[in-house]
Amino acid sequence: MNTKPVKTISLLGLLIAAPLALGALAQEADLPQYGPDPKLPAPYRGLLPTMKIANPAAWDDRRPQAAQGYIVRAIATDLKIPRQTLVLPNGDILVAEGRGGADPTLTPKDFIAGIIKAKGVTHVESGNRLTLLQDRDGDGSYKEQTVFADHLNAPYGLALVGDQLYVANQDALVRFDYRDGQTRASGPPVKLTDLPSFMNHHWTKALAASADGRFLYVGIGSNSNITERGMLAEVDRAQIWEVDAKTGAHRAFATGTRNPTALAIQPGTGQLWAIANERDEIGPDLVPDYLTSVKDGGFYGWPYSYWGQNVDTRVHPQDPQKVAAAIRPDYSLGSHVAALGVAFSAPSMGGRFAEGVFVGEHGSWNRQTPSGYKVVFVPFSNGRPSGPPVDFLDGFMGDDGKTRGRPVGVTVDGRGALIVADDLSNTIWRVTAAKP
Amino acid sequence: MLLGAANAFLVSGFLSDWAYAGSTEIQWKNFASWLIIGGLVFTGFALLWTLVDLIRVPPSRGPRLVAFVLLFGAFLLGIVDELVHAKDAWASMPEALILSGVAAVLAIAATAIASAAPGGGRALT
Repeated sequence: MNTKPVKTISLLGLLIAAPLALGALAQEADLPQYGPDPKLPAPYRGLLPTMKIANPAAWDDRRPQAAQGYIVRAIATDLKIPRQTLVLPNGDILVAEGRGGADPTLTPKDFIAGIIKAKGVTHVESGNRLTLLQDRDGDGSYKEQTVFADHLNAPYGLALVGDQLYVANQDALVRFDYRDGQTRASGPPVKLTDLPSFMNHHWTKALAASADGRFLYVGIGSNSNITERGMLAEVDRAQIWEVDAKTGAHRAFATGTRNPTALAIQPGTGQLWAIANERDEIGPDLVPDYLTSVKDGGFYGWPYSYWGQNVDTRVHPQDPQKVAAAIRPDYSLGSHVAALGVAFSAPSMGGRFAEGVFVGEHGSWNRQTPSGYKVVFVPFSNGRPSGPPVDFLDGFMGDDGKTRGRPVGVTVDGRGALIVADDLSNTIWRVTAAKP
Repeated sequence: MLLGAANAFLVSGFLSDWAYAGSTEIQWKNFASWLIIGGLVFTGFALLWTLVDLIRVPPSRGPRLVAFVLLFGAFLLGIVDELVHAKDAWASMPEALILSGVAAVLAIAATAIASAAPGGGRALT
């Protein structure tokens, strides 16, 4: 009578031990995952997802480390979660501050993961405002700091077209009138169009204006990692909208972009580029976040496949036609780096950083060896990425394993500076060439 | 009472998984995740009670030991099952459905044996 239970126990032991043992085998190969043709291992996930959450600490005397020949200084501190910045024609800097998101707790996993991930981010209350930084005497220290507009709803993307300042809140695209030198909005904003916000998992709404100013492009992230909240939650999600600046009418310009966190128009060509964050929980080297030129009408794979035609079996039912149509992105930034900011460089940045894009990488959670947590530069030639990324601003995660900052938005100041928003230490960093 | 609740949760969890497998409607999977947590809570208490019962009531332990072991099996499978449910979307299939089914069967078997056992198990069923 006792044999049966004993057998049950050994079977159970196997059931439990096997996935854990496999988990230990899931080594991170640190594959070269940059550029147009990243190596993609087979998808793998143990019984528990790999989690390594940032361990926050104060900067104290430390500073991020800029590339050789460049220096970094903090030009604003104690902000309320700075995300993206915009350099205005007169050199003033607008900072969008806030925390969005409306994740329903649908499963026990949502509940537990929420608590764990909260350890790696700031606990400052959401600013929901735009702060204006001014450097009236031009010494690069930005002593004047005023609130340009408040009572916004998790503002993120910013764009200026003529005398109109566009702000992408997490639920609507709004605009303010802006005169050169203005330090306070003249009134509440006017709504151009609502943005998808029924449930808002990937809540950030990225924004860029077309070169002629007729259209605004809005990046809208998915409502899940990989459809685990159902396909109904994904209506109008994981897309880049083209919004008519006059009427507010929109169409889906590109789809299948899981979380398009920042957009930029390429100087000269007017081509729209995007960075997007790809899916988690199928291994440390899957799936690479990417930088890509965005094709009108293009489908970039999410949720059915990744990096072209690599089918994601977690999606059910599948859609082979969509998989066949999926476009491979132009350039891999590496898996789990969490790219959140992109900006085209300008000759004023100097030397080897004159042609290319800067990318702000918030840093990983789904990886034992952290990736990201820095600002990189992707060199371009002839208008296309032309080499591996170069570290431009590093040291956000120290040798001691503590994380002192997490980069988000990056913006090029035409006078020769890179502005970096840091939403962990609530700081704006400014990187310039060191004076010889 | 404890075993009754544990059975109800585990069987409902299995049925929800079955509904997800048939419909791909994600809400069934969400239900299943919570139902299995409920099953684990009641199975856990039932295990505790069964253990106390085993120690305190000496005569004819055999059947109650079997019930305890079966219930322990259901509990462990339930934990693995819950972790499998935490895999996103269809990634939990078909393992989740199988684990939920086996856990429910083990718990029901434990209940049947415990309720028939002489001397103990009355507090549980």
